[in-house]
Amino acid sequence: MSTITPVLHLVTCGSVDDGKSTLIGRLLVETESVPVDQLEYAKTIRRGGSTIPVGEVDYSLLTDGLEAEREQGITIDVAYRHMNLPNGRRVLIADAPGHEQYTRNMAVAASNGDVAVLLVDAARGVRPQTFRHLTVCALMGVKTVIIAVNKMDLVDFDHATFEEIVGTIRTAAARLDVEEVLAIPMSAFTGDNVTIKSASMKWYHGPTLLEALAQWEPGADPIEGVFRFPVQYVVRAEGNFRGYAGTVVSGSVKPGDSIVVADSGRTAVVDRIVAYGGDLDRAVAGQAVTLTLDHEVDVTRGDVIAGDTQLQPADRFAVDMVWLSEEPLAHGRSYLLVSGSRSVPATVTNVRHRLDVVTGQEHAARVLEMNGIGRVEIATDRPIPMDPYSISRDTGGFLLVDRVTADTVAAGLTRHAMRRAFNVVAHSYDVDREARELLMGHKGKVLWLTGLPGSGKSTISDAAVRKLHALGIHTYVLDGDNVRMGLNKDLGFTPEDRAENVRRVAEVAKLMMDAGVVVFVALVSPFRSDRRAAKELFNEGDFLEVYVDTPIEVCAERDPKGLYAKAAAGNLPNMTGAGQDYESPEHPDLVLHGVGDLDAAASELVQHILGE
Amino acid sequence: MTDVPYEAVLDALEAEAIHIYRETAAAFRNPVLLYSIGKDSSVLLHLALKAFAPGPIPFPVMHIDTTWKFQEMISFRNQRVADLGLDLKIAINEKGVADGVSPFNHGTHEYTRLMKTVALREGIDKYGFDAAIGGARRDEERSRAKERVFSLREPGHRWEPRKQRPEFWRTANTSLAEGQSMRVFPLSNWTELDVWRYIRREEIPIPGLYYSKERPVVERDGALIMVDDERFPLREGETIEMRSVRFRTLGCYPLTGAVESFADNIDDLITEMETSRISERAGRLIDGEGGGSMEAKKAEGYF
Repeated sequence: MSTITPVLHLVTCGSVDDGKSTLIGRLLVETESVPVDQLEYAKTIRRGGSTIPVGEVDYSLLTDGLEAEREQGITIDVAYRHMNLPNGRRVLIADAPGHEQYTRNMAVAASNGDVAVLLVDAARGVRPQTFRHLTVCALMGVKTVIIAVNKMDLVDFDHATFEEIVGTIRTAAARLDVEEVLAIPMSAFTGDNVTIKSASMKWYHGPTLLEALAQWEPGADPIEGVFRFPVQYVVRAEGNFRGYAGTVVSGSVKPGDSIVVADSGRTAVVDRIVAYGGDLDRAVAGQAVTLTLDHEVDVTRGDVIAGDTQLQPADRFAVDMVWLSEEPLAHGRSYLLVSGSRSVPATVTNVRHRLDVVTGQEHAARVLEMNGIGRVEIATDRPIPMDPYSISRDTGGFLLVDRVTADTVAAGLTRHAMRRAFNVVAHSYDVDREARELLMGHKGKVLWLTGLPGSGKSTISDAAVRKLHALGIHTYVLDGDNVRMGLNKDLGFTPEDRAENVRRVAEVAKLMMDAGVVVFVALVSPFRSDRRAAKELFNEGDFLEVYVDTPIEVCAERDPKGLYAKAAAGNLPNMTGAGQDYESPEHPDLVLHGVGDLDAAASELVQHILGE
Repeated sequence: MTDVPYEAVLDALEAEAIHIYRETAAAFRNPVLLYSIGKDSSVLLHLALKAFAPGPIPFPVMHIDTTWKFQEMISFRNQRVADLGLDLKIAINEKGVADGVSPFNHGTHEYTRLMKTVALREGIDKYGFDAAIGGARRDEERSRAKERVFSLREPGHRWEPRKQRPEFWRTANTSLAEGQSMRVFPLSNWTELDVWRYIRREEIPIPGLYYSKERPVVERDGALIMVDDERFPLREGETIEMRSVRFRTLGCYPLTGAVESFADNIDDLITEMETSRISERAGRLIDGEGGGSMEAKKAEGYF
């Protein structure tokens, strides 16, 4: 049994100058997808500069956007519209602005796209933005591209002009992953080949744009794909009912099918497919249903139920990334990775290259900036199953979210898992942490002292360790400066390097804690997100964030390493407190005042540790 | 060329809306369904039942009551709440009521701001809702074409076009920073005709005001306004007539224009819709002239 694809997701690319508003407006009007009163508005209202007589439709008015845009005469965002095809299929149009700075909007519009209509102005020929649109569409998984060579009326409907433009674009498309490229010569202004065959271009024998859209069928039947069911919500109801609610994103499922929870590897058999109004005997891609399983297995929101074992958890991935934020990518920084209904902390560990979306060339890069696209490597805090994007947009695509502002900063397309979790299985030794702590006579713990340079972190640590040592407690101090002489001597003081510095120190501290040692970390660690990432490595109670709160004037006066003096002379641009801000902890476990008697602060810290 | 039956389009829209519902219920701490009693709300309510079956709807519903709704809307609301066992919250701008704010003495813009927008903001703040689900559709009005499914509001419920998040695939960023909240629109991609056809297919109860009946109306400023209670002040020369009318949208009775019609059942009503193609907001007096006024209201925290 094959299924019907009821909706065609169309993305339109091009700028206002290419006649895009006119083209979309005409399609909407001629498929009767515009309410009469809006049509009336487009016949009567005229804006400055318009040459269209009152009484005729100014198509561009139908696709007008926000007041803010109108005032500035620009398009700032993706607009969504709908249209009905003669065969009953619904078209959802995602209309992306064409300017260079809006690559990110183009990527959004293309992310759901089945078909892209790429406008080219016949009079102006192929331009850099044409390649940009083509590349972004291909990257985001659009399989069919229709090259709409518009304004043919301005080049006397010349066949050779059309062929030249199409030839150039086809050559570019050949190196991209686009399955089908159609080319249609048209004039949105006169209507030639939009919905009615052109009488002026007898040399063209292909479909009109509307015919081409009506003839579209999905390349691969989505239900033939592998079964993927990301769990959104656990439904509990009377009679001990426990069901897993979600949308089938590919493949199909029926009661009796064996499934595997990709996150845990646990298997089960589908018992029922529950829907309002009665159980179903089958669910296919696109349907939102609730599954029950034949026995209790641990499934939570975000897990993916799969029909095969191809999808396995991993914690390192190579991905293509579209950077959306004004703030550039910082590797080493912890972001929230959102894939389907799953959220997990993740860091970008490496930028391999940046893609020039016009030429298709790859350039060496260390960062990605807004609208930049590149290949990067990411590490997730725990293993998660993600498909290659080419298999499934839903289980292969993800967002990166800034953990402080909650903004979406990037869209990622998984290319492949670099390290399957099962390749690195933690070996469990008989002598474990508990056994070691028994021998030590106390528990291991990490005290993370953060504060401005010169706030007294090292001095306090030193004093506290002396007191604990005297009591027979095994201690160690990981000092920021000392660590930078060895383990971290390859790192500088940029935000990315600071993040990596913090990460390594946290990992080392964790190993030492596991060995049963009480570890003091004396590290400026100025960024909240980095400290949070460090804290997340530990279980509750193993990690105490200690804020050494000392006014900057006091720190600058102490200046044990002469840093403030150098910064004042302009020789230390990245110094915390001078060139870089220090983000004080919002909820520290303990605050020590680094003014006056530091030995008293150390005693307070020791009391706190012994009390725990 | 495959023929696509309308049923398949409705199935796809339904599945999308259910997906959005489940994401909202799971991701937010304290969501609420904004229930305004009309046809879109009726569909929303039905979809919520479907999304969480066999479990109950896991959040309350809130009605923004301007105190100027049609009486029949309120009795319909109370019936639905009783039938479905809903947890209903009612938000009223009590200060506005005490000050005697009415659509007759305040001008529609100021009236709407006080009795709808302010009441909505107060209701959300009072109960600490972090996500409010509403029935807005992108086809309603031109400025809605750029609205997100998950529409972010800044502290103070402000809508800032430039802060809106890009929406990729089916994946939503539901994180909120301090003071932010979300408006969620599961019916974003539905058209008015979809709503009606879905109501017919699913046999969803709707208020009788949508069907034609002899009703007492006056003609005012080119619109037919129903005289729903004694608070309606007649202007000089106005007379109340009985006419066969129905409503395309339901809101505050003094601000909702009726259309003359004999469609007293859903089949006739859909036939009328298919042949007229007049946008439903044409009957709403609150939107003012162009598309921009809706945008301005939204920036203040309106739906």
